[in-house]
Amino acid sequence: MTTQATVAPGRALSRLPGPAWFQEYGVYAAVAALLVFNAAFTEHFLTVDNLRTQLVQVAPVVIVALGMALVIGTEGVDLSVGSTMALAAALLPLYLGYGLVPALLVAVLAGAVVGAVNGTLVSVVGLQPIVATLALFVGGRGLALVVADGQLKQIANPDLLALGTGSFLGIPLVVLIAGALALAVAFLVHRTTFGRQVVAIGGNRPAAALAGLPVKRVLTGVYVLCGVFAALAGVLATARLTASDPSSLGNLMELSAITAVVVGGTPLSGGSVRVLGTVAGALLMQLLRATLVKHDLPDSTAQMAQAAIILAAVYVARERRSR
Amino acid sequence: MAPPEAAAPATAGPEPATAPAVLEARGVSKRFPGVVALDDVSFTLRAGETHALVGENGAGKSTLIKVLTGVHRPDSGELLLAGRQMHFARPFEAQQAGISTIYQEVNLVPLMSVARNIFLGREPTSRLGLIDFARMHREAAGLLAGFGVRVDPRRPLHTLGVGTQQMVALARAVSVEARVVVMDEPTSSLEPREVETLFRVIGDLRRQNIAVLYVSHRMDELYRICDRVTVLRDGRHIHTGDLADIDRMQLVSMMLGREVTEVRRHGVTAFGDEGHDVARTPVLTATGLTRRHQLDAVGLELHAGEVLGLGGLLGSGRSETAKALAGALALDAGEITVAGRPMRRTTSARAIRAGISLLPEDRKAEGIVPGLSVRENIVLAAMPRLSRAGIVSRRRQDRIVDIFMKRLRIKASSPEQQVGELSGGNQQKVLLARWLCLEPKVLLLDEPTRGIDVGAKAEVQALIDELAQEGLAVLLISSDIEELVEGSDRIVVLRGGAVAGELTGDQVGESTLLQVLADHAPPAAADAADAVPGPGTEAAPHIPAGAPAGKEDPR
Ligand SMILES: Nc1ncnc2c1ncn2[C@@H]1O[C@H](COP(=O)(O)OP(=O)(O)OP(=O)(O)O)[C@@H](O)[C@H]1O
Ligand SMILES: [Mg+2]
Repeated sequence: MTTQATVAPGRALSRLPGPAWFQEYGVYAAVAALLVFNAAFTEHFLTVDNLRTQLVQVAPVVIVALGMALVIGTEGVDLSVGSTMALAAALLPLYLGYGLVPALLVAVLAGAVVGAVNGTLVSVVGLQPIVATLALFVGGRGLALVVADGQLKQIANPDLLALGTGSFLGIPLVVLIAGALALAVAFLVHRTTFGRQVVAIGGNRPAAALAGLPVKRVLTGVYVLCGVFAALAGVLATARLTASDPSSLGNLMELSAITAVVVGGTPLSGGSVRVLGTVAGALLMQLLRATLVKHDLPDSTAQMAQAAIILAAVYVARERRSR
Repeated sequence: MAPPEAAAPATAGPEPATAPAVLEARGVSKRFPGVVALDDVSFTLRAGETHALVGENGAGKSTLIKVLTGVHRPDSGELLLAGRQMHFARPFEAQQAGISTIYQEVNLVPLMSVARNIFLGREPTSRLGLIDFARMHREAAGLLAGFGVRVDPRRPLHTLGVGTQQMVALARAVSVEARVVVMDEPTSSLEPREVETLFRVIGDLRRQNIAVLYVSHRMDELYRICDRVTVLRDGRHIHTGDLADIDRMQLVSMMLGREVTEVRRHGVTAFGDEGHDVARTPVLTATGLTRRHQLDAVGLELHAGEVLGLGGLLGSGRSETAKALAGALALDAGEITVAGRPMRRTTSARAIRAGISLLPEDRKAEGIVPGLSVRENIVLAAMPRLSRAGIVSRRRQDRIVDIFMKRLRIKASSPEQQVGELSGGNQQKVLLARWLCLEPKVLLLDEPTRGIDVGAKAEVQALIDELAQEGLAVLLISSDIEELVEGSDRIVVLRGGAVAGELTGDQVGESTLLQVLADHAPPAAADAADAVPGPGTEAAPHIPAGAPAGKEDPR
């Protein structure tokens, strides 16, 4: 039912940008504003080194958030992404003996399995996404700790380490991978049947089902993709850490990813996926934290600033929906 | 056949011509991106009158109502309530000021109980300030009984059928103390019997000197209950005057902006007179369709080139039958054969592949995807066919979309406009296009002309005719009796989830249908009823209490 409750105050009366504009472009404007601010007031900010660091740090969040954006587009949410990262990290050292590729495949397969379980619980069993993925949020990390014997393991495999530190044409590999995945997801969402079906299912599930869309298959597929992306992020984060640390890797990652998606303008009510917005959302949160750290503000301030941005994003989305 | 309701307009109540204005709009304009929905419209509603607001789909009726009731803010112009200027920021304020509204799309809270929906915002409270549920449920039940609706007021609203939800909205609207009651297409999902109830309620309102603003695409209703009429076309005010001064043809020609002679060529409905060439062997056979509490061994046959009407009252299982045929309702038992091949474990996808398309009854909940564009809504079901290797082809989509937007005359600023922004009737046309572009063999139409204006309705009816001519098998469900009778070659009547009778050949007539709907008499006994106007026409809407009407649509 339409919420008839609120009406945005006369958009035509004033030229000020309304909530619609903010949901569309607000995140880019905010990123630009932060860059300008830092260029003016923060020393050594606009240096190649610093920008590189920022991008390398944000890459895993971007990758996880891309999968999360797809899930949120179906009116769902995946809480298990952090645990999936840990699981992937825990499996890596066990198979690195066979080389990087087999170990990578195993880790990604584990992500796919986690996603398949989530997807089945949501689409076939019909659980609420929050509840369904909560199971593996808890269980996944437990399993990771069992697999790794609860221990932190140093990584010595040079191929994997190269993945974390190498670069191509001066751009770090992790950043390139995240960028390529973002392009791939954008293509998936906008140009493929699967992507359009994801959006349609998120927009009106009964209608999609009546139109003969393979609702269960698409939903499961979306969670599998999210799991795979999370596993990939886990591998890359491990490579950068040069150690497999299943007890803390990916902690709170689900929240960072959801934040990036929401701040990027994808509504939690489903029916739309904003890929570029998601990337910008992750960047915004990263830049914000970096800015505050560089100005020697305590962590608590950073958290409050993030909270304010999330509130603003949610508020803008609510205003927009209610017209 | 003359419509049974062509009675003289009601004259009870105060003399409207002398009554003062309660609600007034002066020079109101409202623009949306790409369209001017209202262009300098002035409008006056007088105390105690029932005022019809008419116009084609997208003419701006709902927008005018939303401007009057605080949902939208006008870009310019002013609004006056009892002579005083007002600015409603929210619909709630309009309600507080005495304007009670039933919007076109039922706007109740689906997960809340029926009683809470009726009393939302003004719940009876106990001395401790808590909601007095016992009293609320008692009063809700009493109120609904007055509308001939018997449902448990504790049930969540979304478990009721659309028609019953509409009655709940009506109960809410008239139970608040109001000076003005606004109704945007209240009858589009009601049965004849409920329409009678509604008209009785409107009569009561008139006696209490409460003004009613009434939007409907059903001409006969307007002439029955309305005093004055305002015509909008393309967002502009065309005419306001006494309804008694203009006849139906003039009214339609004003709505469409065409000459009277041109309009006159269309009959009451646009169905052709002749029947269709019906194939001998059925395309679709269903036997023993059974689902607990909903369907009881329903069987029917659909032939190529035939329009089969499905008659019945609310809750008789018509929509459920259509859904079952389209694989969208799990069955306990029953068999469906398409073109001789039995379908096992039907799903929507399989039914669509077998050539069965269902236009669902509830446009909002089961039809449109509001955030997607007109184009994407049209191609939703056909997307796999319009793609190559899983990648969508815009070129192919655009071609199909262009054809259907022209053929059905869908009014949108562009194919990329969001469907949620279209007027109700145009949304319905988008859904029709979605199913037609699949080129189905069997088309199941559940209320295909709901909320569609006269012009478009005629087009859709002509289209149904044409499709049958081309060899499609069509199943037609319509609560518009006239449409059902004129459009169908054969009618199967359902009652309480079971087949209660079948009308074929000359039996297909309004009075026969009404008898079978009302009586428990087999249709054979009603053979000659078409010729006997006796109890048929007059008493028609008063269906005996024994009939399962008025019960909620089980979902
Ligand atoms: N929220 C909106 N955003 C953009 N355009 C809108 C919006 N609401 C209505 N419109 C446009 O305004 C015009 C008038 O629509 P409105 O709903 O008032 O028509 P209507 O006369 O009620 O038609 P119907 O008989 O089909 O219900 C249409 O062209 C519609 O597309
Ligand atoms: Mg309307």
